[in-house]
Amino acid sequence: MKKISPAALIIKIVVLTLLFIYALTIIYPLIWMVIQGFRTNREFFSDTWGMPQVWVYQNYIDAWNFGIRTYFMNSVFVTATSVVLTVITSSLLAFFLTRYSFKISKLLLVFVLGGMMLSPQISVISLFQLLQTMNLYNTHWALIIPYVAFRIPFITFLMRGYFLGMPREIEEAAFIDGCSSFGIFLRVVLPIARPIIATSALLAAMTFWNEFMFGLVFIESDSLRTIPVGLMNLRGTLVTRWTTLIAGLALSAIPIIMVFLACQKQLVRGLTAGGVKG
Amino acid sequence: MYKSQKRALLYAVPGMALVLIFVYYPLILTFYNAFYRWNAFSPVRTFIGFENFQRLFSDPVIGIALTNNTLYAVISVIFQCGLGLVLAAVLENKMFSKFQGFFRTIYFMPVVVSFAVIGILWQLALHPASGIVNPFLHLIGLGAFAQDWLGQSTTAIYSIIFVSQWQNIGYIMLLFLVAMQKIPTDYYEAAAIDGATGIKSFFHITIPLVKEMTLVTVVITVIGAYRVFDEVFIMTEGGPGMSSQTLVTYMYRTGFRTDEMGYASAIAVLMFVVLLILTLIQIRVAGTGRSKGEG
Repeated sequence: MKKISPAALIIKIVVLTLLFIYALTIIYPLIWMVIQGFRTNREFFSDTWGMPQVWVYQNYIDAWNFGIRTYFMNSVFVTATSVVLTVITSSLLAFFLTRYSFKISKLLLVFVLGGMMLSPQISVISLFQLLQTMNLYNTHWALIIPYVAFRIPFITFLMRGYFLGMPREIEEAAFIDGCSSFGIFLRVVLPIARPIIATSALLAAMTFWNEFMFGLVFIESDSLRTIPVGLMNLRGTLVTRWTTLIAGLALSAIPIIMVFLACQKQLVRGLTAGGVKG
Repeated sequence: MYKSQKRALLYAVPGMALVLIFVYYPLILTFYNAFYRWNAFSPVRTFIGFENFQRLFSDPVIGIALTNNTLYAVISVIFQCGLGLVLAAVLENKMFSKFQGFFRTIYFMPVVVSFAVIGILWQLALHPASGIVNPFLHLIGLGAFAQDWLGQSTTAIYSIIFVSQWQNIGYIMLLFLVAMQKIPTDYYEAAAIDGATGIKSFFHITIPLVKEMTLVTVVITVIGAYRVFDEVFIMTEGGPGMSSQTLVTYMYRTGFRTDEMGYASAIAVLMFVVLLILTLIQIRVAGTGRSKGEG
């Protein structure tokens, strides 16, 4: 066993302290948020740092009833539908790109992956116009369809990498047994690709759940809004009821933090694979 | 085995069509729209040639926006890439690897939370009367700096950038961690025999070997800085006045608040050009970096 020198020990303690202080600046605002949600508004304004004298749940109930419930349900519907559609279309596309070769295959690949470089921000004005002409403006489909379209390039890129690395023997065996190409896709490729499907679904879900700009521009009715935009609305209606607003923030953040803590491994794998966050 | 071409097309069509109609077509439409004067809810459109583009050059807010975006980019590169790299190196060090999981999880946590939550939370925290930032400054003896962070045109954009760093350093750190975990440990062991440990090995082994990831993180943060919308819109809507306006928030304002959709499209075209230049620089730099590495 090597003994640690006193100098090294001091460095270790100093660095650990710094790491811990930094961790505190990250976690404290989040904890502050959850705790303040349990205080009354008067308590809050007399001392913004304090602990609740009595833990009251009313803020959370109010925030839920004032709008979070509706926004939450909308977000669940939009996110779930978009994730399912993204995974279906992207896996089919990745299957096509890795298993078939046409004269223009390379061009199609560039076409799909090139979509990763295009920012939704640039297209928001013309998408607004397009969705209006298609009569989709101010419906959930005005979010779902653009969400899926803008995620397909990246998710296809992720899946393509995985599909390329899969051993072909099983697919060949299935083919000899009389399986159609769609059968192979459904019964051989997809089951083997489960890990990358999980990563893709999680990653897409996170982006859709947090998406703000499309949600702001393509939805007009309050009853159709998703959580991020709904929170802005809540901020407007609860001008001085800060603790209720804070409870609303906590209610919106907690589910995604839970999902992150539960599925950290899959999420991190996806987030670092392409170096593409939102 | 995969022969049926007709079948194959069926697999490709749904995805391809969506990307074509909702990703590529709107881009072309943006260019087309920039040559017209038109409003969101009216069918009247007037062709005005390059008028919208000429206006870009005489509009002082475009200057403010470009300055703010650039400020955003520079500060983000320094803090996210710089601090992200240092944090990753520290957590990869043998002395601290025991604690890596714990710190990594905490540092990364804000990345998964919607900026709507984070922005409103920090807006409350930065509030001059009832926030927690100013009392904290008083507590640590920096009370003289306490001020209305988001309410002054001199500090608003910096406060927004600060919150953005707070959220994203953990993400860049994670990218560096992944890159560092690919460095074989015997490199460090060999260096240790030669007497290079700690900071020396950081400069001589870690930094050169994560060069490619450094480039990736710089590209991500810079492009992100020119695309920023949520952060600014949620915290200040570009105010006070126009002081914290960025390209996208200003485009949103001209399009959906003052209803000049044509001019907003011209701003989008400007953004496209800026991002295209950045992407080309990225490809260029990545290319030379790689050929040097191989040669």
